[in-house]
Formats: sequence, C-alpha cells, structure tokens
Amino acid sequence: MAEATVKPWGETTVVGKPTPRIDAYERVSGKAVFPVDVILPNMLYAATLRCPHPNATVKKIDVGKAREMPGVHAVLSDADPEARAVGWYSPPAGATQMMSRLFDPHCRYEGEEVAAVAAETQQQAWDAVRAIQVEYRTQPFVIGMEEAMKPGAPLVHSGSNQVAAPREIKRGDVAKGFAEADVVLEETYRTSTEIQAPMEVHGSVARWDGDHLTVWDTNQGPFGIQSGIAKALNMPLSKVRVISSYMGGGFGSKQEAGKYSVIAALLAQKTGRPVRLFLTREETFLCVGNRQSHIMKLKAGVKKDGTLTALELTGLGEIGAYPSNASVGYQIGDLYKCPNVHTQELMAFIHAGRQRAMRAPGYPQCNWALEQMMDSLAEKLGMDPVELRLKNISTICQLENKPYTSTGLRECLTEGARVFGWKEARSRPKGDGPWLRGVGVAGGMFGEQFGPPATAIVRLNADGSVDLNIGAADLGTGTKTVMAMVVAEELGVPLDRIYVENADTGTTPYSRVSGGSKTVFGDSPAVRSAALEVKARLLEMAAEDLKVPQSDLVFKDGAVTAKGGKKLTIADLVQPRTRQMVVGVGRRDPDLVDKIVRPFATHFAEVEVNTRTGEMRVLRLLAVQESGRVMNLLTYRNQVQGGVLMGVGFATMERRILDSTTGKMVNANLHDYKIPTAKDVPAEVTVLPIDPHDTECSLTGAKGVGEPSTIPTAAAIANAFYNATGIRVTTSPITTAQILTLLAERKAKG
Amino acid sequence: MKRPKIAPPGQPGLSRRNFFGSVVATGAAEAAILTVPVEAAQPAAGKAAAPAAQPAAAPAAGGDLVAAVLKVNGQTHSLRVEPRWSLQHVLHDHLGLIGTKAGCERGECGACTVLIDGIARYSCVTLALEAVGTEIVTIEGLMNGEKLGPVQQAFVEEDALQCGYCTPGQVVSVEALLRKTPQPTIEQIHEGVSGNLCRCGAYQNIFRAAQRAAELRKAGR
Repeated sequence: MAEATVKPWGETTVVGKPTPRIDAYERVSGKAVFPVDVILPNMLYAATLRCPHPNATVKKIDVGKAREMPGVHAVLSDADPEARAVGWYSPPAGATQMMSRLFDPHCRYEGEEVAAVAAETQQQAWDAVRAIQVEYRTQPFVIGMEEAMKPGAPLVHSGSNQVAAPREIKRGDVAKGFAEADVVLEETYRTSTEIQAPMEVHGSVARWDGDHLTVWDTNQGPFGIQSGIAKALNMPLSKVRVISSYMGGGFGSKQEAGKYSVIAALLAQKTGRPVRLFLTREETFLCVGNRQSHIMKLKAGVKKDGTLTALELTGLGEIGAYPSNASVGYQIGDLYKCPNVHTQELMAFIHAGRQRAMRAPGYPQCNWALEQMMDSLAEKLGMDPVELRLKNISTICQLENKPYTSTGLRECLTEGARVFGWKEARSRPKGDGPWLRGVGVAGGMFGEQFGPPATAIVRLNADGSVDLNIGAADLGTGTKTVMAMVVAEELGVPLDRIYVENADTGTTPYSRVSGGSKTVFGDSPAVRSAALEVKARLLEMAAEDLKVPQSDLVFKDGAVTAKGGKKLTIADLVQPRTRQMVVGVGRRDPDLVDKIVRPFATHFAEVEVNTRTGEMRVLRLLAVQESGRVMNLLTYRNQVQGGVLMGVGFATMERRILDSTTGKMVNANLHDYKIPTAKDVPAEVTVLPIDPHDTECSLTGAKGVGEPSTIPTAAAIANAFYNATGIRVTTSPITTAQILTLLAERKAKG
Repeated sequence: MKRPKIAPPGQPGLSRRNFFGSVVATGAAEAAILTVPVEAAQPAAGKAAAPAAQPAAAPAAGGDLVAAVLKVNGQTHSLRVEPRWSLQHVLHDHLGLIGTKAGCERGECGACTVLIDGIARYSCVTLALEAVGTEIVTIEGLMNGEKLGPVQQAFVEEDALQCGYCTPGQVVSVEALLRKTPQPTIEQIHEGVSGNLCRCGAYQNIFRAAQRAAELRKAGR
C-alpha cells in the first residue's frame, strides 16, 4: 500500500496512551531468554586471551600446555588457517586490504585478541587461557590524541596517526561573519572518553548443524551481525541465522559483528559442539567501543541583537586503534541559524580500544562546546540565554537547504522556560554559601533520521488475533510495544491478542539496526502499512461475503460494519476463516526528497555547588523533547529519563582513564568507572513532550526519541554550574576534584 | 558516615544492603563491594603481565567436584560443584534459573541479586558452597506459578525497566527491602536499590514501583 494514499492519524485511541510493555511479563519474571541465557546441551564455554600491552607484537605463542589442560577441547590462534583467513577492521576509504585479522600478531591496543579456548566449563576455559605462553615484543605507544598528532609520535598504523582527510562543513565566509560581529568569543572545550557499559556483556552462543550456523547474539540488529559473520566466514546469508529477540542494552556498542561471534563459530566448528563466548565486564571496557573524547576549539561571532554571524570549529577526536566515525560537527552547522560556518575535524589513531557509536555519537560532545558558548555569548551581550537561542532558530535545515517537516526547538525553549519557571529561577539569589544554586539551559538536535528499508508482516488469524513480524531488535526502548500499538490502532485488535516476533534473521523480515533513533521512525510506518493492507483485504472479502459494494463497508474496532448497521467480526467473515490467515506485508515509502526530518530537545538544569567541598548536586532537570508524535507516553518518558541520566553521567562522572606509563586502562570495571546509580538521580526529572502534529515526517508522525534525549543534558548542567559559581568548566566530567581545582585556581588569581 | 557492618561468622559474605547503607551514603556513584580474596587477583609469581581483563585466578585448583546441597525456591538440589563456582554460576548455568544474571561477576552491578535467608546478596561473589545450608530465593521464586508476585506486578505497571537485564536483581532488592520495611520512605527505597545498576536509567520508575509494590503487598496481593 502506498503511503501517499493514506491519511495521517487524527485522534488515536491506542497510540500515544501510556501503555505497559507487552513483553514486561517476560522481563520481570526472569523468563526472557537473553543470548547470555542460552545454554545448549553439550555446549562448551570459551574464553579469550587478550594482549596486556597497548602496542606489542606476538613473537611466539605456545598453546601446547593449554591444550592438555583438563576439559579443554580446542585452542584457536593465528596459527590456525581458518582463523588466519578472517580479516578484520575495514580500512579507510580508498584502501581495500583489511587492517588486521582475527588474531593479528600485531596488537595495537590493550585487550586485542591473541587466542581463544573452548572447554567443558567456563572456569576451565579461563584456566587454559592463563596457561597459554606468549612472548610479546612491546613497542612504544601513544594514548593521547594531541601527542598522537605530533611529528615523531609512535604510529598506530604505517604512515600517519591522522585517520583521514579533515571533515569539513563550509558555508558562507567566516572571516566576513566575524568582521560583522559585535562580540567574538573563542574557547577550547574537551570531553572525556565514555564507555557504553550495557548491563548485558557482549557475546554469542554458536551452533552448527552441518554447514548451517545459528548464533544467539546480544545486539541491536541481527541482520548486520548476520552479514558481518557471513562475510568473515565466507558464507551465504541463508546459512547464517542470528537471533537477538531479547538483549540487555547496547547504547550503540552492539551494532556490528564482534570477533567473539566468529571465534565462537570457529571453535564450535572445530569441536563439533555448540560454543558460548561471552566477554567479562572488564573485557567490555577495553574492546567493544566507547564515546571518543574530543577537543573542540570553537569561535563564535554575534551581533548586539543576538544574531549569530559566524561559527568556526576545529576539532580533534580520539578514535582508538582502528578506523571509525567520530565526527561531531553537525550541530555547529545546523542547530542555529548562522550564515557563516566552517568546521574542520580531524581524527587520531591512538593505542587504545576503538570508538563505536554511543547514544547520539558526536552530539553530546559538540553540544558541550556549542551550548556553553551560547551561554557565554548571552552573558557577554547581557541577554537571557533562552532569548539568544530563540533569536537564532531556523526552520530550514541549513546543511541541506531544505525545510524541516517540523521544528520544535522554539516550543521546546518557550514551553520549557514556562514549565521550569526559568525567569524566576534565573533571578533568584544564588545563596550565601557554601552551597550556591544556579540554573542553566541547553538546546540540541539529532541530525540523522532516515527510514527504509523496512518491511513488516501482519498476520491476522482466523480468531481475530494477530501475529506481527518485524526484524527490529528491542533494546529496551519499547519497540515491540509501540509496533503492536500501531496494529491495535488500525485493526482494533486488543494488545493482549497481538503477538510480536522480532529480531531473528531466520523468521523475520529485514530491518536495519536499532540505532540512530530510527526504529519507530523507520519501521512503524511499515507496520501501519501492513495493518492497512490486512484491513483492505478484509474489506474485499467482506464485500464478497455480503455481496455488497466495498464502499458500503467500514472497518472499525476489529469489525466490518455494513450500511444499515450489520456488524461482522473478523471471526464472522467466511473467507478469513477458510484461509485461516490474512497476511499483509507493509513497506515504508522512501524518505521525503524535499524536506528534512529532525528531532529537537532542550534541557533545563538546576544545580547546587558546595564551594568548600567541591560537591555538586543536580537538583532538577526538565527534559523538553520534540520527537513528533508520542507513540507510548509511558515508555517515552522512561526512555527520555534514561537519556537524561546518561547525560548526568557524561556531565559529572564518566571517564575512561588510561595510565600514561603503561598505556593500560586503570578503571576497567564498574567500581572505578562510575555510572549513575539510584543515588545519582536528580531529585526531580521531568519529561515534557512537545508534539508538533507533524503529518509529513512519516506515516505515523513519529520521529526518533532515544538519542536527542541525552544530547543537551551535560551542557545544561555546565551552564547551571556557571550560573551558580561564575566558573566555566570546559572539560567534562565536572567531578568534585575538578571543581576543587577550579575553585582553588580562582582563589589564587584573587 | 557509618562504618561497614561486617557479617557475623558463618554468614556468607557481606550483607549487600548493610554494605551499601554505609558506603554509598554520600550519594556518589559508588556501586561496588569486593569480597573475592584480593590475593587471588594477583598474577602468579614469575609470570609476565597478566593477560588483559581476565577474571581473578581461582583460589582452588579447578576440576575437583565436591557435593553441595542447595535449597533454592523451596526445592532441594543435590549437586556436585567446583569449590570456586559462584552461586550465580550454579543457579544460572546448572539449575537453569536464568533470571539470575551475571553483569560483572565481581559484586558491582547487582544483576545477580538473590535472597539468602531473606537478605539481598550478590550471588556472583557468593560461592555456591557458602550458600549451603541457607534458603535461597531467586526471581523465579517470587512468582506464584505463572502469576507475577506483587513486586513484579508493580514493575510492570510502573514500567520500571527498559532492557530488562538488571530487572530481576532490582525486583529481588525491592522484595528484600519490603520484607524488612513494608512501608519504606523514599530514602529507604533509594538506599534499597542503590546496589543495583540500571544503565538504561529506569531508576525513577523503579522507585515508583517499590512504592506501588508496598501498596500491593499491604492489600494482600
């Protein structure tokens, strides 16, 4: 069914209402089978030997002793041809040769894979890993991005530590823009490396049936994992099945096939038994991604009336030992109306674990710089920070020169200011000390929203119940529930009569990875289309059954009603009963060509700071979010609250620490690497959805939720901190130690 | 700040809640206790640097199985275990009680929380042998047949979860709290789940679910 012929929803009866998850029972009862819970008969356990050095070459490896250990069935290393054949890490554009392999003798970061063992028990596998004798030749390493870019720095790969040509956004003439400005400010901002740390560690269980491989893997989209494994093992997609119907969080770190999946598959093949390989928590800190730290030099020009005239960003990002995408510049080019923009971004290789996407990759970093700069500009102009932002709102995507379908930023700012009590809070006395209070604001947007390919299958059963078949993984975002609500809305079937099968390459249609806040935006239109197709088929059948023209029939609340009021439920219709099933296949129409879809957010924060002890408490956070239609108010609020809390972590505590003398991570565990606990939740977190009634963005009117919710939090907190203390914190996170240092510096300066 | 309470002799490990009551009182992002023997974490003498990110080496030689009788959710299981196996490992991998999740295997995240003699404990830093002679209750033990218990029901109603991985541990911690303190204050609730990390950040809903669970329990549901 073509979208063009379908009307957008007006008032809805199911969609939008706060609705408990359809799979909450499985998740609270302990019955949900996560990949880590797959325990197969005759299964072996695997463990990985990882290089303890940041840069070393394996000179000699002796697995003889390990092979003889009790319970050991196989050891796999670069000496095995099947492992040697597996290339890993795609090169930057232009080159073709893979940059490394499964167990490459050159280990370029602490934690790179050296060998693996399969044994009867997990403990025996670890015993054997410890018995592998390796002679390493250690080499000089570099772990700081600025050091990495200096001439003579140890090289991660041959040539240069600069990953690729600079990324640039260029619009207008910044020199001219700065000349026109009444105020020009320049500041350098830094962020720290953050780890995704989902609660379920990464890993797979692999089982062969002849030449057919099944992998239970914890990931954000089984189809990408399937193609990654198939490519590594040179197999057709039809021979690789990946299942991830439940998974314990990803936050971007579970979007690509892991070496562990391939190692488990090779060990399973070698031993003829299923193999389970899950990482330890410590391994996940080293090897499966991070939000890269960034240095951002930002220069901004503004006229007296608050009109931005120029923005110039020079950025350097720390990408780790292998290529990835670590760009941050989007919001500089698009969040505010500005005729003259220039960004230049470099990425540096260092001898540390490689960056992967983390919830809005690049956005919180850039927001940390841009939104603190806006705060500084407002102060310099004597303008209210909300007013300055309102002065520079664009309804056009300046990077594409096309209008947005909706621009909620203005309403996020004005509604947020009203609900937060911004004006009053801003003018309240800060206190007599040692506790000082302050409030801050930051806007933000997420720059990636794209839809197809997406396919959904709705199967209406003879008794009127429904099976919905979608490929998307549900990361805990409530995807399955939202999709079922779409079906319930269209077909009038109650939610408890809808079963959702998802995220299994063997049984569900293709869907892209659940990342980029695109799952509901991208897939819910396909689900609606599939439901509409079922409805159309039913009306055809009813017309034939009743021998009346289709135009005399309407479908409402799960039943067909004829003129004159005769009502037939699905179960009453002859043809569906005879066929036992009515199937609708829905696809999503291509993205709009003449308009751009973007979600927006604005956060307001209130903090108090103890100028004696350096403690900071986040008292209040208001998250105003414009993500189009709210599909499920209950899960929407929950997800936004989660984004806010992750932002609190980024702002106040999260930081990977690499030791400069050894190049090793010293806080690779959940004790030393802090993530927010129940005690770190601000006393008041309020979620305020803004619905622009966007009928163009998609067939369901929904845009992405997950990522915009975490983008402006940290900058809002930093601005509130500044408002309380008059001290600008340019480096994240704002820890007690840093606060004390900054207070002492100010005191020393007098 | 209070001092950590040391578990009385014969008690398996520290009480998770007592420990957190003392250590996390400042509200910082502390989330950890360590009860594995510290010396076990050191690499063997004379060896090169320990390979990265291995779990602590076992205190006992592997492979030798000993008899253990565990009472879990009212049922008695006669097992043969390695002395070094954690209770979490035995519950999850050997008894098929998959609701008891491993998240860190060093007492930092709380995903593996179970009740031991009615007290919430990290089963990943409790050896299976330490739990012999105790009454163990896992998330599965809070069910009433296929029906959810009151805490679980409250978690559904308040959407006190996202991915659901930490959820069994959160539910067990709330259960432990309510058994001891049927009508907890909000501070007591914060305290009660402060040893359970939720990276999705569903804490606010977890707090509400604890309050709702207290109501449901009071109403006898």
